[in-house]
Amino acid sequence: MRLSTKSATLLVLALLIVATPFFFPSAYYYRVGALVFVNGIAVTGLVILTGYAGQISLGHAGFAGIGAYASALGPTHLSLPPSLSVLLGAALSALIAFLVGRPILRLKGYYLAVATLGFGILVSMVLANESGITGGPDGVQVAELGLRDLLASLGLKLKAPVFWYAFSGVVLLVGAWLALNLYDSPTGRALRALHGSEVAAKTVGVDVPRVTLQAFVISAVYASVAGSLLALQNRFVTPDIAGYMYSIELVTMAVFGGAGSVFGAIFGAGILTLLPQALTFLAEYEQLMLGLIMVLVMIFMREGLVPSALRLIRGRGA
Amino acid sequence: MPELMQFLLSGATVGAVYALVALGFTIIYNASDIVNFAQGEFVMLGGMITVFAHMAGLPLPLAALLAIVVTAAIGVALNKLAIEPARGAPVVSLIIITIGASIFIRGAAQLVFDKQLHRFPAFSGDDPIAVLGATILPQSLWVIAGALAVFIGLWLFFTKTLTGLAVLATSNNRLAAQLVGINTSWVMTLSFALSAGIGALAGVLVTPITLTRYDVGIALALKGFAAAMLGGMGSPHGALVGGILLGLLEALTAGYISSQYKDAAAFIVILAVLFAMPQGIFGAKRTERV
Amino acid sequence: MSLLSVSGLGIEFGGVRAVHDVSFSADPGEIVSVIGPNGAGKTTLFNMISGVYLPGSGSITLAGEDVTGMSPHRLAERGLSRTFQNLQIFQQMTVLENVIAGHHLHERGSVFADMLHLPSSRRRSKAAEVGAMALLERLGLARAALQEAGSLSYGTLKRLEIARALALKPKVLLLDEPAAGCNAVETEEIDRLIAEVAAEGVAVLLVEHDMKLVMRISSHIVVLDHGEKIAEGDPAAVSRDPRVVEAYLGAHAKEAAHADG
Ligand SMILES: Nc1ncnc2c1ncn2[C@@H]1O[C@H](COP(=O)(O)OP(=O)(O)OP(=O)(O)O)[C@@H](O)[C@H]1O
Ligand SMILES: [Mg+2]
Repeated sequence: MRLSTKSATLLVLALLIVATPFFFPSAYYYRVGALVFVNGIAVTGLVILTGYAGQISLGHAGFAGIGAYASALGPTHLSLPPSLSVLLGAALSALIAFLVGRPILRLKGYYLAVATLGFGILVSMVLANESGITGGPDGVQVAELGLRDLLASLGLKLKAPVFWYAFSGVVLLVGAWLALNLYDSPTGRALRALHGSEVAAKTVGVDVPRVTLQAFVISAVYASVAGSLLALQNRFVTPDIAGYMYSIELVTMAVFGGAGSVFGAIFGAGILTLLPQALTFLAEYEQLMLGLIMVLVMIFMREGLVPSALRLIRGRGA
Repeated sequence: MPELMQFLLSGATVGAVYALVALGFTIIYNASDIVNFAQGEFVMLGGMITVFAHMAGLPLPLAALLAIVVTAAIGVALNKLAIEPARGAPVVSLIIITIGASIFIRGAAQLVFDKQLHRFPAFSGDDPIAVLGATILPQSLWVIAGALAVFIGLWLFFTKTLTGLAVLATSNNRLAAQLVGINTSWVMTLSFALSAGIGALAGVLVTPITLTRYDVGIALALKGFAAAMLGGMGSPHGALVGGILLGLLEALTAGYISSQYKDAAAFIVILAVLFAMPQGIFGAKRTERV
Repeated sequence: MSLLSVSGLGIEFGGVRAVHDVSFSADPGEIVSVIGPNGAGKTTLFNMISGVYLPGSGSITLAGEDVTGMSPHRLAERGLSRTFQNLQIFQQMTVLENVIAGHHLHERGSVFADMLHLPSSRRRSKAAEVGAMALLERLGLARAALQEAGSLSYGTLKRLEIARALALKPKVLLLDEPAAGCNAVETEEIDRLIAEVAAEGVAVLLVEHDMKLVMRISSHIVVLDHGEKIAEGDPAAVSRDPRVVEAYLGAHAKEAAHADG
């Protein structure tokens, strides 16, 4: 029997998550791994919005910022437990995405790009300027999630980096599973249809504003959860998380690996998260290389690394 | 009252810069339907190259000229190396390409130059001129005059010269333009050179007031694009009016509401305009063909 | 009252009247052909009827309801379906997926059920897939079902668009040059299919340049020239109408004369 793309993706991801720690020389690598997973979660959301539905967003870091600050501020300002704060952040992101998305998604292409970019910048501006609430540009401390203590009381003691590696990995797997389910479902087909031809999608009955809004809200929740996880594991967050550069990096990760494929995008997140870590001696060249990668990939591998490679292999096989 | 006058004057100065960036957008958009997110980098390059050429001993006018020429060449290179090879790519890809190019240029500038803020002397000194109870820097007059001169120059170019008409023909219908023998690839080269040169000029004019650094381009590109959208994408009048309006709006918000949120106000108003009249103030209505 | 009726429909682009004051109607089981020279406004007329363009004047009634200016997906819900002159295929999807997407109105449901892969979602997908497979069989495309649509030939894609349009189970079907670019065998098949669909009670609106096909299968013909309706009637009457001969068939007749001579 041939393995479906869905099973294959989940299997490979699970294997990678479980097996790579055996090669980690130090605990530091768990932190890097967790960072890959967190970016992978945000990027999986973009697969739904950009890869499936063909809509660009240059402002998704704004939702990561909302998620991050919700988990930071929920406990201090609302006396919520951190875990509930994460959910609150996700709900808030969904609500804001819903309200903002309705007008914004009427725009197409460049206009949508700039509108989302503007949205992200607004969020980071609010986070930086409202220092009375957010702690301002210097950032704010984040409480401990508490899940680790719970596990310890159940007899499973994990060091913080190991816990965050495992926890982010599980969330990533769940996120990937949901996105893969969506791909092959009525809603997923509607999204991919409008990507292929918006006018034809409309004439087969797809309510385009409605399904694009759904994709936008879903992807916002992914970004929000990623932001929350990042804040909680760093125990600290600054408005940079909502910044323009992070939005662009997320989009680049997705299209680099292949925005149309969940595995591709997560792979892209992996490479582009690891590269700067591995090449710290080239830190000065980081922007230069990021820019170059964006241009080259779009010119030579428009579908992204993984789908292009698969196409090559299949082409040979046939 | 003098307060209002002061805000209007500073708004007009900033607005003139936005107008120049918006005009740069307009030229490339008209020739190719591409929105070049690296437009702000041209402004940065104009300022930075002038700074470093001047520090190396070149007289200011020569340094400025060099900056404009080099930036125009970089614009042409951008077209040849990144835009032309991606002809026919979907809009999402083109957005990523030009943003990638902008990040690349920024990264290169930070290596070639440095990460410091720079300026060079204003063209006509720094003594403010009194106007109706407010003051304006002589350099601001240079900026405003520059924007007007470029606008008039472009208008003459597009209406009175054969080359300008060829560019317009290409924007209306690329295939038809090719059929009547217009070299559309050359039109693209020219558009990028012109657009980059205008961006660089903006950088040269405004650096004595706002200073420059390797990363000033992003904000300028955004504001310039917002101005172009406000005025109506593709319309030179729109670029000019949109730029000035946006500058005034920002200055008034900063003056009367909150200086921290002046950028926010600009975005919110632009989004509102887009939803109310997606074509902008001067843009033509188009029905997408099916 | 007719199933579909169009009255005084018109639209301008930058001052140019692409369609002006066109009226006609179609009943279940009828094949109404819209003919006219290139640029006459046939596609523009279809675009207005299917909600793709907003008419500048006039009105459209579908099953007694005024649907002027209604968005295409609402019209789809009311049983109006169409194909496109310039293919509008979902290129990155497989042939089967294209036709399943055509079943959207029958398979759509809660997005949460879809993300969680709940049985309800799977059931909807499965039903749509069965229906889509049947349509592919009917159009002779079953063998290509799992191929990516973008990799197929033009003639195949034309048939794929018809399959997708039929997936909606339409009451009114608009076909814009379905046989353009198809070879004689394919044209024959499409001809038969259109007659079949009409016989099932669908009102078919057809734009087609192949006059033999039009004259053979149309119940009613509307002739456009420069955006205006210059004649209408049954095939025999239309082909005798001097203005039609002048505007349309005349051009062909002259070509034919040249070719002969
Ligand atoms: N979106 C649009 N914007 C501007 N002009 C348009 C648009 N759509 C159609 N037109 C114009 O309307 C006129 C009618 O075009 P249409 O495509 O409807 O003709 P047609 O009868 O379908 O021709 P053909 O047989 O070549 O398909 C043409 O002059 C065309 O240029
Ligand atoms: Mg047509």
